[in-house]
Parts: sequence; structure tokens; C-alpha cells
Amino acid sequence: MPDQQAVLELKHITQAYGQQLVVKELSLTLERGTIGCLLGASGCGKTTVLRTIAGFEPLLEGEILLDGECVSKPGYQLPPAKRQIGMVFQDYALFPHLSVFDNVAFGLRGLAKATHIKQVNEALELVGLHSEHARYPHEISGGQQQRVALARALAPKPRLLLMDEPFSNLDVTLRERLSMEVRDILKEYGTTALFVTHNQHEAFAVADRIGVMHNGEILQWDSAHNLYHQPASPQIANFVGEGALIKGVVKDKGRVETGLGLLDGIMTDATPDNTAVQLLVRPEDILHNDDSQVQAKVLRRNFRGANIMYTLLLESGDKVQALVPSHCDHQPGENIGIQPDVRHLVLFPIDLQKRQMTTRTTQESSRHLRRR
Amino acid sequence: MQQTPAITPEASSRGFRCFHVKPSAWQWLTLGVALLVLVPLSVLFFAWTEPAWDIWQHLRETLLSRLLLNTMILVVGVSSGTLLIGISLAWLTGACDFPGRRVFSWALLLPLAMPTYVLAFVSLGIFDFTGPVQTQLREWFGRGAWFPDMRSAGGVVLVMSLALYPYVYLLARNAFRTQGKRALEAAQSLGCSPVGGFFKVVLPMARPWITGGATLVLMEALADFGAVSIFNYDTFTTAIYKAWFGFFSLSAAAQLSSLLVAMVFVLVAIEQRLRKRMRFAQSRITPQTESIKLTGGRKWLATGYCTGILSIAFLLPALQLISWSLEIFHEEFDSRYLGLLGHSLALGLMSALLIAATALLLAYAGRRHQDRLTHGFIRTATLGYALPGTVLAVGIFIPLAWLDNQLIRLAQQLFGLQISQLLQGTILIMLLAYMIRFMAAGFKSIDSAMHRVTTNIDEASRLMGLRGIKLLYKVHLPMLRGGIFTALTLAFVDVMKEMPITLMTRPFGWDTLAVKIFELTSEGEWERAALPSLTLLMSGLLPIVLLMRQTDKD
Repeated sequence: MPDQQAVLELKHITQAYGQQLVVKELSLTLERGTIGCLLGASGCGKTTVLRTIAGFEPLLEGEILLDGECVSKPGYQLPPAKRQIGMVFQDYALFPHLSVFDNVAFGLRGLAKATHIKQVNEALELVGLHSEHARYPHEISGGQQQRVALARALAPKPRLLLMDEPFSNLDVTLRERLSMEVRDILKEYGTTALFVTHNQHEAFAVADRIGVMHNGEILQWDSAHNLYHQPASPQIANFVGEGALIKGVVKDKGRVETGLGLLDGIMTDATPDNTAVQLLVRPEDILHNDDSQVQAKVLRRNFRGANIMYTLLLESGDKVQALVPSHCDHQPGENIGIQPDVRHLVLFPIDLQKRQMTTRTTQESSRHLRRR
Repeated sequence: MQQTPAITPEASSRGFRCFHVKPSAWQWLTLGVALLVLVPLSVLFFAWTEPAWDIWQHLRETLLSRLLLNTMILVVGVSSGTLLIGISLAWLTGACDFPGRRVFSWALLLPLAMPTYVLAFVSLGIFDFTGPVQTQLREWFGRGAWFPDMRSAGGVVLVMSLALYPYVYLLARNAFRTQGKRALEAAQSLGCSPVGGFFKVVLPMARPWITGGATLVLMEALADFGAVSIFNYDTFTTAIYKAWFGFFSLSAAAQLSSLLVAMVFVLVAIEQRLRKRMRFAQSRITPQTESIKLTGGRKWLATGYCTGILSIAFLLPALQLISWSLEIFHEEFDSRYLGLLGHSLALGLMSALLIAATALLLAYAGRRHQDRLTHGFIRTATLGYALPGTVLAVGIFIPLAWLDNQLIRLAQQLFGLQISQLLQGTILIMLLAYMIRFMAAGFKSIDSAMHRVTTNIDEASRLMGLRGIKLLYKVHLPMLRGGIFTALTLAFVDVMKEMPITLMTRPFGWDTLAVKIFELTSEGEWERAALPSLTLLMSGLLPIVLLMRQTDKD
């Protein structure tokens, strides 16, 4: 029963350019109607994964299933044209010699003329560009081009929509607005989609499930909330969101002794007492309180309008970041009182071997999550 | 549109009005160069005020219908030939991967180095009845061995297609490289097969570039004089030559020229419109495109095809030239040959300098004055590339001969001097005609370099205390050096290869290599024409090297 819901399944796919492995044993499952995202720095292999799913690249190992049917395995590739997968390219790849209407109509074939026109108009209305249907790609703005690309990919009602860095060519304000819009459009259409980005804000804004990719592997496949609050490894903790890792030791069942004092909170994995750990402290975990006993020296201040991001030096020598309302204005060099408010204790045992093991087990567990 | 900030007070003035108020020296200059193009053109059309009826009678009865038919065959045949060869090669080297692709991508430009008339007589030498190929065939299969007649419309079309396909190839390859594979992928993701995607998307997207290349090809084909006269294939250019030097009727030559010009300007209009569209069709970011890997038999087929075209268009003719040259070297390499070479080099150098200097001034004028009138003048001034050499020769000779006569009469009246010719005995007419014909290539290279010298660069230099001559010397010149060098090379080589202008306007004693080739080939002396041809071929390799460097960069 749950398998029927899986639109896309990647089973241990491996990909290489020449001798170099760019994707290693990567697996994931995307259920109907969900929006997935592969998040990672450039060169981590995320675009390769996307192009392999689309059918443009051959597979070295593993298998790709679309609606339960194998579309790619070593030595076999269903041609891209037969996969019913829509794709939004990074540069949109709109056809400059066709009008907006004809671009959107391009993928529709074998329909009665009335249905044909209706379906194009529907897609154009969905992205709010119906009035621009007669214009040519070079005559409309970048944001509009992006939406035409989306309408073009959606019009043939694909089983799966792929988007390659869909917002990277837009300026920051437009990017934010469009990413919300795109999510709404995809949800309205009920489209299953997978996109890749290097920008975590886009990932958070659009995706239901995010896979953090590094060196051709998915480190964690999870919801945005869990990635932020329960990162599976220090790497992810560093990559997703802001914050700092500070030294600590686990004490009396579930508390951690740190430079911020003895901290109490929810611990995901039970860690034995006296384990030396790194604790993830997010900027919102540090409250500013002048009456507090705990003092910290301001190293740097970054004014952000509504609030100020302070980088603070604790007496223990650890550095933490604190997000403080901007009327509490302190200069570098001053001491301020802070009060820790760490709800999730995200711990990473310091022992190198142990850390590696933890990473692996979290990978196992995230693989479990994916298979579920 | 972004408005360029003013550099000088005059520069801020735009539009027509200011020009009436106070035209600057720059604007006068652009007008002057534009007139150099406009005067010969209008002379040709004014020639209709005295139609040479007797000659036209003769033309209509014997020649005119054949001229028109031959021109039609040439236009249709050469455009389909170059499109077929150019597009297929461009797609293979631009978007696919097969053994030798990197070498072929520049090597396929080599035919540009060989003047069309050289390829024409070498092909005749190889494939004609007395040539090695047919002789060998007769030896194998007896006297009855059939071979298509090279001296035919088909032969002309084939030779011209092989010589001119690089124009289509170069432009189409550019288009395919920037957008070919990505467009194909987009089409595939929308359910198109690769072949369907090629015809529905890739080809239509590249249409502006391809048609642009084809218009250049047709301009060359219509302008060609050397190849068609070697094949005895009558076209307007040969008719113009005959009207002048056979019937001694300059006005008939001018009238024929005006007909040819009318045809050429249809092409110019198409080309200028396309250039605008190309700008729009260019994608803003050039995506990293990987090539389509050809496998199995296909990749060797591709290699074989490219080798085949390259061989018959360049390698074999070049080898034949070398072997002929070696045969006759000790007879032909003498002081007469060196004299011809000296004339070609001198004319090439003089006109290259003249063209580069004028192009530089035009480019500066265009930079200072952004108004439409100045740019219209510059556009006109660089329109000469479309004018066939025979036409230009007629159009320039007529007004200069008239001016000469006026000057002579004036000299007679004022000083009582008895002079038979003043300007006509000099190389001035030739140099002017070269300058008009080859201004575009020079201007384009300098102007594109000039676009990099933005006003911000001027302002930045000014803030650092550089002004006037120093600014020119320390900032502008180093930035323009590459463009000036390219302009000099292109103009030099074009003039070296030029045949009809030189043939028709040279003063006594100014024979060049190209003229010698014309004389020898019109007598069927292929071997003796090989040495000057090989010399031209070597000089023709210079711009290819420049082009290669450019293609290497992208």
C-alpha cells in the first residue's frame, strides 16, 4: 500500500564522470504530492542526480523507479521523452523562437484542438501569465520567464517535476516571493516535485522533505524542522542555519555541563554520563539578560535591523552567537549578561571514532526514514 | 536602454537637431566616409539617365536571360549546398563528440583561407577531362568512362559551396554551442524524440545565425568574379567586366551593376533585420553544455564525413597546389614573381593601414556621438562589404574619371599645362575601392574592442590623473591593440586576395598576384598559377589563426 504512493524511488544509485564518483549509493523515496529538495553546495552531485532521473545521464549502479516501473538501471535508460517527467532548467531553456503560448503548448501532443488550447490556458492562468501569452521570451521579465518555464513543464501534467536551481537567476526579493508562489502552484496542481538548490532558505520555503547532500551522498533526508533542530551530524549542524558548537560533558542523566552552565533539555539520543560532547547552540538559544550571572564578551556585532547578531566569547573560551532585539545595543569589547534557553540538546560525542559511528548510524536511520 | 554618460559637452547632444546646430569634426568625418559609399552607388543608378540602348539590345537578345538564369541557379544551388554542408558540420563539431572533433572544429574553417577562384581552377585541374582523375578512370575503364562535366552549373555550385560553407558553419556552430544541447534536452523533457527536437527546436532557434551565414554566402557568390570566369559561367560580374573591357561601354557596365546592387541589397536588408533578432535569441547565461557522445559506427561516420569535406575543400587542393608549385618553382620563381608579390604586399599594407586608421576614427566618432544620424552614417560607411568588386570598380571609376577631366581642364585653363591623366594613373582609385569594400571587417574588430573601453574606464583613469594624450596612450591604445591588429590582418589579407577591383582599376604596371592568376587561368595554365595561389593561401591562413584563437577561448 505505501509503495503505491511512491512516485519516485532511487535505489542505491551511483554515478561517475570518468574515474570520479559523483553520486555514491544514493537512495531516496518521494511520495505522491510531496515536494522534495536536494540541498548542497555546488559540486556535490545534486544536479547530476536530477539529470539522471530525467534520463539525460546513464547510471553506473542502482535503479530508478518511476511509479514502481524501472526507468533507469545499468545498461538501460528509458528515453527522456517517454518518462513523462517535466523539467525546469536553471536557465529556463525557453524557446526564443516561440511565443509564451507556443512554449507552454510545446509538450502537448495528440489532443483535440479545444482541449489543447484549454490546457495551455489553464497552465498559463495557474502561473498568472495569461495576459502575456502572445509575447516572446525576450519581451518578458526574468521572473515571468521562470513562471513560463514552470507552466511549460506542468502543462503536459507530468508524473514528476524536476527543477534545477529554479530561483538562482532571480534577484533576492523576487526569489523569496516566487519560491512561495511556486510552492502554492505545485500544491494546487498536486504535483510531485524534486528540486535542487544550494540555498537553504529556498529549500525551507518550498520543500516538504529536504536531503542535505555532500560529496555525492545524502547525509540526512528530513523535514526542514528536523534538519534545523535535530541535525544528524556536526556537518549538517554547520551547514543548516546559524549557530555554534561548544564543548560540554554529559552529567547526571540528560544534562550537559558547558561554558553556559549546566543545561537541561530534550535529548534525542541517550548519551552515557561523562561523555565529552559538542553541543549545538542556535542563536535563538541565547537570551540577553543584563541581570544574568553568565557574562560574555562581545566579539562582533552584525546589525540586521530588527535584531542584532552578536558573536560572543564565553569565559570557557567557546564562542556562541546570540540574536538579540536591536534596542539592546552593545559595542565590541563590552561584557553582556546572557541566559541560555536550549530546549533541544543536540549532542555530538567528541571522540573521533564515535563521531564517525554516529554519523553512520544516523545515515542508517535516515535510510530507514526514507524507506518507510 | 542604458544611456551612456556624457564624456564631453557635445556627446550629450542627441538626435537630429543638434547636428544642424553645430556638427562636430567627428560627425563631418562619418558623413565623409559615408559619402564614399553613397557616391559610387548613386553614380550607378544615375547611369540610367543615358541608357546604352545599342548594347542593351544586344544583351537582351543574347545574354540577359542567361545571366538571370545563371544567377538564379547560383543563388539556389550555393545556398542549399552551403546550408547542407555548413549545418551538418556545425552540428557535429558544435554539439557532438567523436574522434577528432577538436581538430575538425577549427580545421573546417581552413577553406576560408583559399580564395574561391583558386579552389575553382585547382578543382578543374584535378577533375577536368585532362586532369589526373579522369585520365586514371579512362585507364581503368577505357575511353567510355563517364564522369560529370566539371565545367557546368553543377561544377560552379559545388566549388562555391565547398569554398563558402565556412560562413554558415561558423555562425551555426556558435548557435549550436550556446544553446544546442540544452534546447534539445528541454524538448526531450517535453516528449520530443532527439531527431524531432533537432528539427522542431534546435534548427528554428539557430535560424537567425544560419540565415545570417547564408546571406553572407550569397553576397560572396553574387560578388564572385574569379571563379565564374574560370568556369566560363556568365553572371552579372563577368558581364560587367565584358561591358567595360569588351564593349568599352562604362554606362552599360554601370547599368548592369545597378541591377546586381539591387539584388545584393535585398540580402543586406535581410541580414540587418536578422542581426537584431540574434541579440534577442541569445540566452543570457551560456549554460555548461556537454556534448552528445556518438558511439559505435556513428562516431566513425562523423569522422569520415568531416575528413571527406575537409579533403576535397582544402587538403587535396592544397596538396595539388604544392605539387604544381614544386614542378614549376625554378621557372616561375623569378624577379617578375617577386615584383608581383611586392605589389600585392604593398597594396595590402597600404590599404590595411588606411582601413584601420579610418575604422579607428569611425569607432571614436561612434563612441562620442550616440545620436542616430552619426550611427546611420557609420552604418552606411561600412556597407561596402555588400558591394561586389566589379560594381565598386565601375562606381568609383566613373566619378573619379570625371573629376580627373575637370582637374585637367582646370590645369589647362589656368596654367596651360598639357596633362593626359592625373588621378587615373595612380593607385588612388584602387585604394579607395579597397577601403570601401573592406571597411566593415576592420571597423567591426576595432569597434568591438572599443566597446570594452567604457566611459567608466575613462572616468576611472581621469580620477587617477590620466588625461588627454596620456589617457589615449596608456589606457585606450593597449585596450584597442588587439582589435587594431585584427583589423589590419583582415584588411591586408582581403586586399591580397581581391581580384576584380585590382583587375579593373589598376594603373599600368601594377599587376598583382591575383591579376596574374586571372591571366594564367584564363589561358588554362593551371600549373603556372599555382605559385601565386599558394602565396595567397598562406597569407589567407593568418585570419584563420586569429579565428582559431577566438574559438579556443569559448
